[in-house]
Amino acid sequence: MRVVAALSGGVDSAVAAARLVDAGHDVTGVHLALAEKRYAGGGRGCCTLEDVHDARRAADMLGIAFYVWDFAQRFQETVLDDFLQEYREGRTPNPCVNCNQHIKFAAVLERAQALGFDAVGTGHYARLVDGPDGVELHRAVDPTKDQSYVLGVLDAGQLAASLFPLGDSHKSEVREEAAARGLLVADKPDSHDICFIPDGDTRAFLRDRLGGDSGPIVDEASGARVGTHPGAVGFTIGQRRGLNLRQPAPDGKPRYIVDVDMSSNTVFVGPPARLRVHGFTVDRLRWTGPSDLLAPLIDQVQLRAHADPVTARFTPTGAASGEVTLAQEFSAVAAGQIAVFYQQDRVLGSGRIISTGG
Amino acid sequence: MHYLDHAATTALRPEALAAMQRQWQQVGNPSSLHNAGRQARRTVEESREQIADLIGAKPADIVFTSGGTEADNLAVKGIARSGSKRRVLISAVEHHAVLDPADALVQEGFLVERIPVDADGRVDLVALASLLDDEVALVAVMWANNEVGTIEPIAEIAQMCAQRGIPLHSDAVQILGDPQFEVAAVPSVALSAHKVGGPVGVGALVLDRNLDVKPLIHGGGQERDVRSGTLDAAGIAGFAAALAAPAVDTRPLRDELITGIRQAVPDAILNGDPVRRLANNAHFSFPGCPGDALLMLLDAAHVAVSTGSACTAGIPQPSHVLMAMGADEAAARSSLRFSLGWNSTGEDVLAAVDALPKAVERARRAGGRR
Repeated sequence: MRVVAALSGGVDSAVAAARLVDAGHDVTGVHLALAEKRYAGGGRGCCTLEDVHDARRAADMLGIAFYVWDFAQRFQETVLDDFLQEYREGRTPNPCVNCNQHIKFAAVLERAQALGFDAVGTGHYARLVDGPDGVELHRAVDPTKDQSYVLGVLDAGQLAASLFPLGDSHKSEVREEAAARGLLVADKPDSHDICFIPDGDTRAFLRDRLGGDSGPIVDEASGARVGTHPGAVGFTIGQRRGLNLRQPAPDGKPRYIVDVDMSSNTVFVGPPARLRVHGFTVDRLRWTGPSDLLAPLIDQVQLRAHADPVTARFTPTGAASGEVTLAQEFSAVAAGQIAVFYQQDRVLGSGRIISTGG
Repeated sequence: MHYLDHAATTALRPEALAAMQRQWQQVGNPSSLHNAGRQARRTVEESREQIADLIGAKPADIVFTSGGTEADNLAVKGIARSGSKRRVLISAVEHHAVLDPADALVQEGFLVERIPVDADGRVDLVALASLLDDEVALVAVMWANNEVGTIEPIAEIAQMCAQRGIPLHSDAVQILGDPQFEVAAVPSVALSAHKVGGPVGVGALVLDRNLDVKPLIHGGGQERDVRSGTLDAAGIAGFAAALAAPAVDTRPLRDELITGIRQAVPDAILNGDPVRRLANNAHFSFPGCPGDALLMLLDAAHVAVSTGSACTAGIPQPSHVLMAMGADEAAARSSLRFSLGWNSTGEDVLAAVDALPKAVERARRAGGRR
């Protein structure tokens, strides 16, 4: 197959590309330019000149062609604008999931296919398994690196044109393989932050772009004002740090954000018990195959990239919405987060959390 | 591989390689006073005289530099800084080697103004006349455009500037090698060796000795106290040998290329002046095709072409040249430069023309997907 290997400049995508070459594919390396302020140098994250350099050198060592594809405008119009809009409305989005849905396995894949490529390969840790009804997305064998969650928004067409060569490997094996292959990025640290916020200060990023006035932090139970926030935007349910509450809670226990009301610019705090939910509603449903076949199979849901899955039941309430009932309480569920549905290790689909019920 | 990017850099001419090999085997700094130094100096001076003869310049006017970019920097910043006048006029289609030093002068209090061009990329002489006054420290107009290949009316511009006593600098990097090229009455001209089959890292500023210029690089004053640094005798010998090598007229191949592209892709648009253009340049817009996609597809078909300038990361940028010629951003992103060189063949042209229709069709499908 003719394959575009997305090269981020990191070790995973370099080894993934190497394996695609070894598998006999005709591989072209592509680095995606996504950043808003492009290549100003310095810093970390996916959009620095250093990463372009590392990606290019990986392609050199693999003997494959290399290009930089500029998707900055598309990234801005989909991932970044959605990121800001979700926060503006008091939700907590996952831009990496969005990027997979709209950029890596949409814009990039469409461009690749138009240019005569058959598939896009990435360094995600997930497995594609041939099932009776087509290709299935499964968890990676390395539970600490499994990235099936962030791929849970891909549909059958996207999965059919994707390759994830690292799904059967452990991270340590991938690093060893990179070193054995002489790839210079073998020791490069993993990236953790949101790529377009390299300093990790999401709230500062949001304040710069969305503004916002300071407002009250209110104890939900008593209604008493217990502090002041510098702007409600960017505060997330379940968050404890950065509140700077002067008065301790009457029971002396830590208080967490339990609600953010953007319309009144109020952050509500409460005890940890208040964070526990038994279920929630979802919209923006996406399925890895026919929804009528997959929805009844759901037995687990995962609510964050690195959270343990929870036993759950799904009940559709419309074409693109539904209710999820959890078998046990789950703490700190914020609207905007992506819920990914599993049957054991198999990803069935996903939805965006809209509201939570106690 | 069918290399059609000779305007970026061309293959080393065997004559240049031989001249450099001869000199590399000799020890000697051209500034040293002993025999070894004198022999190296002799190579430099013979090369200087040979280059001067080939371009109609005086040997004493030639200041060797590390390349065209340094020559442009030295001219733009060096001439502007040498006097008290504060206006600098540059054409809107200059190479970044002129644009960027001019922009740097803005930080020093200079007023830098762009001279507009017409739809073919030719400098608007009426506009230039209206911009010239006694406060102008320097005018910079390239001899021929590196992207679209248009040859500028340099003789007229030189005359207009000379009448007012204003120094004119011209980047002649792309036209050097054309047998008709002579520096004539232009007081400051930038040249580069690797565009004519010499080595990368060697260039020259042909600078009228009567023109004041502030050096950029201090430390030894080897070149007329205008430029410092040990002279690269081997590189300079390679430069002269490349320039002296038998000229190759690429016009017939260029015309074949232009005709072939027009037949292969009927809606392709030739950019730049159709007549007064570089002998090795064919520059086309392919409506609806992202240039970077075309480049990639041709690259896969072993045809090497250029989209114009790319940023440091390797992302093609919309051409400021085409924008100055009136193109919109989409059009400025959908063009390719094909450039021929001394070792280009009819097969190279055929390979490009053959590969284009399929590449254009595919790139067009990828058109809006960015």
